[in-house]
Amino acid sequence: MIQLKEIEKKFDKSEVLKNLSFDIEPGKITAIVGPNGSGKTTIIKTILGLVKPDNGDILIDDKSILNDYHYRKNIGYMPQSASFPENLTIREVLKMIGDLRNSKIKHDDELLVALNLTAEMNKQVKTLSGGTKQKVSALLSLMFNPSIIILDEPTAGLDPVASSNLKELIIKEKMKGKTIILTSHIMSEIEELADHIIFLIEGKIKFDGSVFDLLTYKSENKLEKVIANMMNEKSAWN
Amino acid sequence: MELISKIIKFELSNAFRSKWILVYSLFFFLATYLLLSFESDSGKAALSMMNIVLIVIPLVSIIFGTMFVYNSIDFIRMALCQPIDRNSLFIGLFFGNSIPLAVGFFSGTSIACILNGITLALGSNFLLILGVGIALTFIFTSIAFLIAIIFSDKTKGLGFSIIIWLVLAVVYDGIILFIVYFFRDYPVENAVLAISLFNPIDLARILFVLGFDISALMGYTGAIFNKFFGSSLGIILSITMMVIWFIIPILFGLKSFYKKDF
Repeated sequence: MIQLKEIEKKFDKSEVLKNLSFDIEPGKITAIVGPNGSGKTTIIKTILGLVKPDNGDILIDDKSILNDYHYRKNIGYMPQSASFPENLTIREVLKMIGDLRNSKIKHDDELLVALNLTAEMNKQVKTLSGGTKQKVSALLSLMFNPSIIILDEPTAGLDPVASSNLKELIIKEKMKGKTIILTSHIMSEIEELADHIIFLIEGKIKFDGSVFDLLTYKSENKLEKVIANMMNEKSAWN
Repeated sequence: MELISKIIKFELSNAFRSKWILVYSLFFFLATYLLLSFESDSGKAALSMMNIVLIVIPLVSIIFGTMFVYNSIDFIRMALCQPIDRNSLFIGLFFGNSIPLAVGFFSGTSIACILNGITLALGSNFLLILGVGIALTFIFTSIAFLIAIIFSDKTKGLGFSIIIWLVLAVVYDGIILFIVYFFRDYPVENAVLAISLFNPIDLARILFVLGFDISALMGYTGAIFNKFFGSSLGIILSITMMVIWFIIPILFGLKSFYKKDF
């Protein structure tokens, strides 16, 4: 269980996360949804320790992670835009991360085939397309068998085949009991994958519950419409 | 420790694969070789070499160090998502950047010396230059790291690094000369001495002057430093101050790196 307790974060003068508290349940896929600049990536980076909150605490399995780093052994992360040292080959990147994690690289052919990376392993990062870099990033987030997987807009930039394969992989990981957090702007994807939704607007939670609850609560059958309406309500408040 | 050495190893293999380290080394090789070839007195050649070292090493170290941190941001972000503590990553990156620079300088200069039949025995001029050059590399890389971590904006950071170099390498001596000239009727030696302790380039120059015993050739601060402390105490004091100049930016850099949002 991941628990965020009264998290506050300011960048210069703009308040990005405003007294945010929620739980992420284990073994489920939780989607963090919201308009651009609502704080989705900041939440993810806070859980990863890349961003330090000004106030509040984050607990994973009842242990605070704020001044710890060992917990990241159990986390696989796929960032919004992947970036690796340019002059290394994919194989070298994987080896380097394996080395830093002190983990033996398991040559998971299933993952390589699903992400269509088998033929790319000896290519240098600087020669890769954006989509291929995303696939490497997806591979890295899954290959060390972490119990928590964090995916920041995982299918953005992927071709339809890779995108569909990645979604299948995500569902398989969930079946294994992994805790998965993802953000996405593609509502059909959220509907397809997520068990739970956290809807953010300007750093505050507007909804925290299951996808089913959200649809029933708003008497709609399409998530996209519900979310769009909620975002419009926000514009009306402004 | 294991983690630090892994990061250093990775950065070293990266640095030695690129060509800039070779160019840097070649520069010092050519400079030393030519100076030794054209100057029959190796002492004078050492003096000219020292002046090159005092200008070039701080400039290259501070610019390369700053650029290195900005260029490594992606790697830093990626590494910080792994079970790695920030202090080890910072120390690993620091030595991963400064060791190739120090090796480049050391190899270029020492090979040129050996080819010209200069022995690098203990207490020799060129050994002192090598020591001072390596010390300046570490000091200015540590200042560069601190600047690049404090300023998230690349242009600001790079601009600030150039200003720091300009102040320490050029403006500082101008200020000292101004003070000496302006207050020439007062006993300002001790004040000037104190001011020169706060500039690592001055300290390196003082160390060189005291080691060479050629204070008359190396400016005002060297001469009064020699008069005030004598050689051995002066050398110990300037080495101590240089160590402090290395440690303080590193400590502040570690602190800022620990708090920084990536």
